[in-house]
Amino acid sequence: MRFSLGKWLLPLYSALALIFLLTPIVYTFVFSFNDSVKSNIVWVGFTLDNWTNVCDAQGVCAAFGTSILVGVVATLIATVLGTLLAIALARYRFRGRSVISLLLFLPMATPEVVLGAGLAAQFLTAGVPKGLGTIIIAHALFCLSFVVVTVKARVASLDPALEEAGRDLYGSAFQVFTRITLPLLMPGIIAAALLSFALSFDDFIITRFNNGGVETFPVFVYTAAARGMPPEANVIASAVFILALVIVVVAQTTSAARRKRLARAQ
Amino acid sequence: MAAGAFAEAGADLELVGLHKRFPGFTAIEDLDLTIPAGSFFALLGPSGCGKTTTLRLVAGLEQPTSGRILIGGKDVTSVKSFKRPVNTVFQSYALFPHMTVLENVSFGLKRRGIADATGKAHEALRLVELDHLSARKPQQLSGGQQQRVALARAVVNRPALLLLDEPLGALDLKLRRQMQLELKAIQNEVGLTFLHVTHDQEEAMTMADTVAVMNKGQIEQMGAPEELYELPKTAFVANFLGQSNLFTGDVTNSKGDSIVVDIAGVKIEVPKDRAQRHTGEITIGVRPEKLMLHTEAPKKAPGVNILGPGRVTDVSFSGVSTQYQIAVPGIGLITVFAQNMVFGPVVNLGAEAWVSWTVDHGFGLLDEPEHTPKFSADTDTATIALQTRHELLAEIEEA
Amino acid sequence: MAFAAFGSTAGPVEQAPRRRSWVALVLLLPGLAYLALFFLTPLVSLVLTSFQEPVEFGDVGQFQQAFKIENYATVIEAYWPHFLRAFGYAIVATIAALLIGYPLAYFIGVKCRSKPLLQAMLLTLVIAPFFISFLLRTLAWKQLMADDTPLVQALKSLSVLPADGHLTGTAFSVIFGLTYNFLPFMTLPIYTTLERLDTRYLEAGADLYASPATTFWKVTLPLSLPGIVSGTLLTFIPASGDYINASSSFLGSAQTQMVGNAIEANFLGLLNYPEAAALSVILMGLILVIVGIYVRRTGTEDLL
Repeated sequence: MRFSLGKWLLPLYSALALIFLLTPIVYTFVFSFNDSVKSNIVWVGFTLDNWTNVCDAQGVCAAFGTSILVGVVATLIATVLGTLLAIALARYRFRGRSVISLLLFLPMATPEVVLGAGLAAQFLTAGVPKGLGTIIIAHALFCLSFVVVTVKARVASLDPALEEAGRDLYGSAFQVFTRITLPLLMPGIIAAALLSFALSFDDFIITRFNNGGVETFPVFVYTAAARGMPPEANVIASAVFILALVIVVVAQTTSAARRKRLARAQ
Repeated sequence: MAAGAFAEAGADLELVGLHKRFPGFTAIEDLDLTIPAGSFFALLGPSGCGKTTTLRLVAGLEQPTSGRILIGGKDVTSVKSFKRPVNTVFQSYALFPHMTVLENVSFGLKRRGIADATGKAHEALRLVELDHLSARKPQQLSGGQQQRVALARAVVNRPALLLLDEPLGALDLKLRRQMQLELKAIQNEVGLTFLHVTHDQEEAMTMADTVAVMNKGQIEQMGAPEELYELPKTAFVANFLGQSNLFTGDVTNSKGDSIVVDIAGVKIEVPKDRAQRHTGEITIGVRPEKLMLHTEAPKKAPGVNILGPGRVTDVSFSGVSTQYQIAVPGIGLITVFAQNMVFGPVVNLGAEAWVSWTVDHGFGLLDEPEHTPKFSADTDTATIALQTRHELLAEIEEA
Repeated sequence: MAFAAFGSTAGPVEQAPRRRSWVALVLLLPGLAYLALFFLTPLVSLVLTSFQEPVEFGDVGQFQQAFKIENYATVIEAYWPHFLRAFGYAIVATIAALLIGYPLAYFIGVKCRSKPLLQAMLLTLVIAPFFISFLLRTLAWKQLMADDTPLVQALKSLSVLPADGHLTGTAFSVIFGLTYNFLPFMTLPIYTTLERLDTRYLEAGADLYASPATTFWKVTLPLSLPGIVSGTLLTFIPASGDYINASSSFLGSAQTQMVGNAIEANFLGLLNYPEAAALSVILMGLILVIVGIYVRRTGTEDLL
């Protein structure tokens, strides 16, 4: 512990930072048990009703379903397109490669409000009615860059000799891609897909400009924020949180266990 | 070290009763060691013997569990690393990747507020013949060049004590030889105390004035390279520093200046002053290049030991010499290095052969025989590989 | 995990081999077409919209293409305080997030290295906010900072806050919200660089007479610069365009409106598309200029 400025200062500071990060989560979770009907601001009493009858609140389950649908479709589009782009950028050299890299960076450097307004202006000009389709188009767009970055890192860390070995062992270009490249990239692709789904599921700013009348979960929360939040919204958010946390923890422990097993098998 | 001043000369390093325990194992056990000022001292040992820990303790990168470290007579045990008059050439070089070569070399000088840091850094770079690359970043240099920069970065501070942590490990053989000579030249030129940690016995022997062979956290034997080689005191030293043929038997009687040991019924003489113990069951040895190979039973002569007959089980040619393995019934395998004075092998595979050596070349070890492997053949590559794997597995398991 | 997305360019610079470029073309084409259609064209149409003028005697929201450059003058005159607030708040929030996130990332990435399980756990806690709705988290802060909460009462009794003062609806609460919401985006890229930081460089620093503090400034900080740059960009860009935290239904009030709020109100509320578009174009332009200067100043162009 030679490089610490004081042994306890840093852990203490970090603990405070984590408390700061987690406070609103705890708050949201606790208030999912609040026995309030409309505006979930003041603590009334403990109840499990919100959890058992989630769909009682008008529109909350429909909005949740829409968010899942949008998330899945947008993730699918972004992951397929993004993976192809990532492989091309990491494995091939061609003219205009840096221009394309810049083009992929730009959506990440564009504030969401500009992306949203731009797409909305485009749909307006083209006379496209806003709805589920426009939301999905918008979500796939901002997920695309994140997929490319995530998968590209994985492609770059892939030993090209593995693909060469595949070709050496009589694999056609297509077979090498489907049997070697793709399986090896899978962890990166899955990570990218999860990230994209999370981004899509939680997006409000861009959605707001392109949703027409369609209500995703964040849109529901936004509207409810003005007229009174039903505690069922907290239930859904808490349930999603717990599910996501479980997925991450399971992924971490299984990968740790696999590493241990590998070490023992040697 | 006082700001703005260089050490005038190398300083003594003294380790007194040093212990270092890590959770789960003891790295260093009661180590006492004195390294005189101005010497080139090598700590030699296999990986995991505690030599790197010793170095890190001296550098102040680890704290000893107990014991004291003195540099130039001053107790530095509780002095923080950045205040010790010690510099290290790291095994990985640890050149700061975000700084140029020149910035790397002048880093320590600037921290101590020494005047004309840049000028002195250039001077140090000229010493290692790299001044023309001073504006480059470390990753633009070859391995050998990086090693020289790391050396310059340490030497430029004129530390009382320079620590070298296997800095030549990453270099190829030819470059390594060149570096060894260069290091030695620099040491002569600047007159610092060098403490060099390595697992390469040849490197230790060519470079150091004094070599200490370390095993399991303790120093097994220490001395000038020739002395260690010619008169190893333990089986570990006998086999780690070059190869040895070792035999175990009871001392039967003494005969003039020698003791006589019964090796499977054959009487073998060892000089008294070259044997660590004179009674009971002892292990004796002789270096393979000291053995003479015979195709006929040699005549018994005073002052000569003879073993045989045996069968030649392996002949391998290695340029300067040829290595023969001879299986002697009741004794086991004996290794012989024979100079290639004629074309082709002296004896052929499967032939009957005897070996002989001058009594003066034998040595007797200190070890209790039951703890020592009987024959040197135990340290072949396969055994070493197996051991390394066990160690690695244990390490992984721990992590 | 997906942390790579927040990291700097990982690993050594890869030398892509030159291979049949038609394969590359096939791989690139769908993605590029998508970007052209739904990213570049919208940007162009945003610029075009920003020059539109109202249709004479038309309804609200009816515009025709023109070259009405005055739109820009109008919005700058009307909304310059919104720009100032947007960039001011975003800069303060970015600095605050850096001050909170760097030590946290250092603790997890360097100090917890010997305990991989703890490291993984803490990292999960850092990304945990991603798993719960952004809007609900912000609302939670609004309610925690509401006038009758113990926190506000305590501040009032300590005279930190005047008796008739509020926490919500102030510049403080907006910056607080921005800092909170983008803290993980700051922490993760810094974590990725610090986690890879070779502690042997720190030992070399100590060996070369640098105190722990000097080693930090001269070695650790410069080596983690790529992470700091990605982190600040990932915080600053969305923060300057945000309109949730500053909105009156969340942590802001009429006095804290940022450019994002102005764009949202003009586009969705007033259906004043040209002015919303002009504001967007200016915002985008300013951000690109600021980011360009920042990246050049920190010497990390190769990050992009």
